[in-house]
Amino acid sequence: MDFDLNEEQRLLKDSVDRLMAAEYTFEKRKAYAASTAGSSDALWAKYAELGLLALPFAEADGGIGGGPTEIMIVMEALGRAMALEPYLATVVLGGGILRHGGSAEQKARVIAGVAAGETRLALATQEKQSRYDLADVQTTARRAGNGWVLDGEKGVVYGGDVADKIFVTARTGGGRRDRSGIGVFIVDAKASGVTRRGYVTQDGLRAAQFNFAGVGVASADVIGDAGNGLALVERVVDEGIAALCAEAVGVMDMMHATTLDYLKTRKQFGVTIGSFQAVQHRAADMFVALEQARSMAIFATMMAASDDAKERARAMSAAKVQVGRSGRQIGQEAVQLHGGIGMTMEYSVGHAFKRMTMIDKLYGDADHHLTRLAGLGGLTG
Amino acid sequence: MDLRFSPEEIAFRDEVRHFFNTEIPEAIRRKTIEGRKLEKADIVTTHKILHKKGWATPNWPKEWGGCGWTPIQQYIFMEELQSSGSPQPLQFNVQMCGPVLIQFASEAMKKKFLPRMAALEDWWCQGFSEPGSGSDLASLKTTAKRDGDHFVVNGQKIWTTLAQYADWIFCLVRTDMAAKKQEGISFLLIDMKTPGVTVRPIQTIDGSSEVNEVFFDDVRVPVENLVGQENKGWDYAKFLLGNERVGIARVGVSKERIRRIKELARIERDGDRPMIENPRFAEKLAAVEIELKALEITQLRVVAAERNRGTGKPDPASSVLKIKGSEIQQATTELLLDIIGPYAAPTSMVDAEGSNEPPVAPDYAGTIAPAYFNWRKISIYGGSNEIQRNIIAKAVLGL
Repeated sequence: MDFDLNEEQRLLKDSVDRLMAAEYTFEKRKAYAASTAGSSDALWAKYAELGLLALPFAEADGGIGGGPTEIMIVMEALGRAMALEPYLATVVLGGGILRHGGSAEQKARVIAGVAAGETRLALATQEKQSRYDLADVQTTARRAGNGWVLDGEKGVVYGGDVADKIFVTARTGGGRRDRSGIGVFIVDAKASGVTRRGYVTQDGLRAAQFNFAGVGVASADVIGDAGNGLALVERVVDEGIAALCAEAVGVMDMMHATTLDYLKTRKQFGVTIGSFQAVQHRAADMFVALEQARSMAIFATMMAASDDAKERARAMSAAKVQVGRSGRQIGQEAVQLHGGIGMTMEYSVGHAFKRMTMIDKLYGDADHHLTRLAGLGGLTG
Repeated sequence: MDLRFSPEEIAFRDEVRHFFNTEIPEAIRRKTIEGRKLEKADIVTTHKILHKKGWATPNWPKEWGGCGWTPIQQYIFMEELQSSGSPQPLQFNVQMCGPVLIQFASEAMKKKFLPRMAALEDWWCQGFSEPGSGSDLASLKTTAKRDGDHFVVNGQKIWTTLAQYADWIFCLVRTDMAAKKQEGISFLLIDMKTPGVTVRPIQTIDGSSEVNEVFFDDVRVPVENLVGQENKGWDYAKFLLGNERVGIARVGVSKERIRRIKELARIERDGDRPMIENPRFAEKLAAVEIELKALEITQLRVVAAERNRGTGKPDPASSVLKIKGSEIQQATTELLLDIIGPYAAPTSMVDAEGSNEPPVAPDYAGTIAPAYFNWRKISIYGGSNEIQRNIIAKAVLGL
């Protein structure tokens, strides 16, 4: 039982925190968001330099061999800064597919580029009808000669606008929601038949809508077994949920700290508004919600590497519920306690509130996961 | 960073678990699990078994009978004790008065009281609250006026838990009427058998009488029963209340409750399915389990931080444990009430015809509504949850 970071983890945390503090001021973030790419290429290169983009990959694959704790450290820092770069999409989700499902040849082909900051990845699972069901896949992949041909649509692919390679789930057999008959395919974003429409999301990040019309995929670009890819996707999404929980804690921490500063400086009726008990109790409740969320983000991190899919699913659902609920409370209260300024685009809290809101909706919101956990018999079976 | 217990910690956990399950009488543990009332003898028996083993006062320094355990071991001990349904060693002795004496009393006083306190030769109760002094404890009015080598105590205490069993009461009394309210308070030990001490039970909404009023009419207390320095009692009280918050999350109790809820929700039917399959109920239960898991980890973080902070000083973040711990405990009583439905209503009171025929209801139903009513106290005592929010705002957030 130990909540301390080891020496290397402390160094990692210090360097990421320092970078974010220097490069993610409110004004700089605004400029990154307004650029064509919607994030900072220069910072992406910095991430590569610091080894953040190689972090979770095995040393044998050209990575650094970091685990869930290292990812938690980075994601929390990115959350606190409300970083715009597609780290989750490229390193955690795309990287996760490669780590857990990629062949030696696929890893050798892709990881070096990711680590160097030259290749960006994205995971495309969302379809118009699928909501939070990863097995609800209507995009099809049919055999053609030695390879496959993909047809269908994917939406809300975070980081998809700048991704070079997209990991796409597609149905190779079975019915619409069957667990079997789902494959994962590596698709080059510029391949013939791929139409991409990038857009700005509500939280100021970027995502893309994809249309695949007769897109040819070589057999070398199939991840694992084309008929049984769902367990891999679920595992990677579980790691994504753990990472999102850590990011959310960063966002919440920032909202809480910013709100506290405001309560200590803003004066009304001749006194700081933080001197009012009605306000103090709300700030105290935000703190309670934050600490509970932090605990569950740690829990998710510790369970992310578990090979027991059911235990892992329970843990991720529990964490996502807590983080979703805490995040909504802290976000709404942060805006409320700031008053008018919290409503504006000229101030950080509103942006954080928006990011927090969208994190809840990624890979299952609090209600979805509560239902799922209840269906699994709760946390203790 | 590692949430798993070390092999040594697991071995320790197995050792204490085995001890509770084999050495504490099952009849006593079943009472706790089923929410039935513990008699004085149940608490004394358990305490004495633990004392004989050397485990009644694990949080005390070794020289006074402590175990020398790490904070994590103490946490494991408490969680396993609670999970097994064993009554805790008497908190008034072990968590409250003992640590104050160890920290602030003279050697002579420690020698006189601590060994008997540890062995539960003396049952202690807490004389803090007064009718006009609840959350504003420092406004207390019970006076102790010096008369030769005695204090003469006059006034009234209230909400005195289990005073009916007590041999001694540790009291906050006003010794300087002119000073600022926090600065005129002393910490005094009073023998309950002293002439002028009267205990009157108060019946609470669950039907029990675990709390009392204690009246003091010209009660003569030897000056050597003053703890530490005169007029420094408020500091000692704050120390005591800080310690009280640490154990208040009661994670083990809630874990045991969740097991009980699942057990009963599989038995009780809701139409053609057991209650556990009612989706609304299952989601409420899952939500409590999530909060409890979060609380458990938050508690462990506070415990682990103790190692870095140096023990003895309570973490102000422990107010989080009080707030969440009480909310969760109360939520578990609500879930039990949901399970039992209409059978929450019958009581075992004798009806008008004098019949003692038990009412039609499952035999586990009778304790559920009283427990729900009784556990509303948890968010009120030990510093109400509103006071805990004040503490967080001031001591943690700097507001």
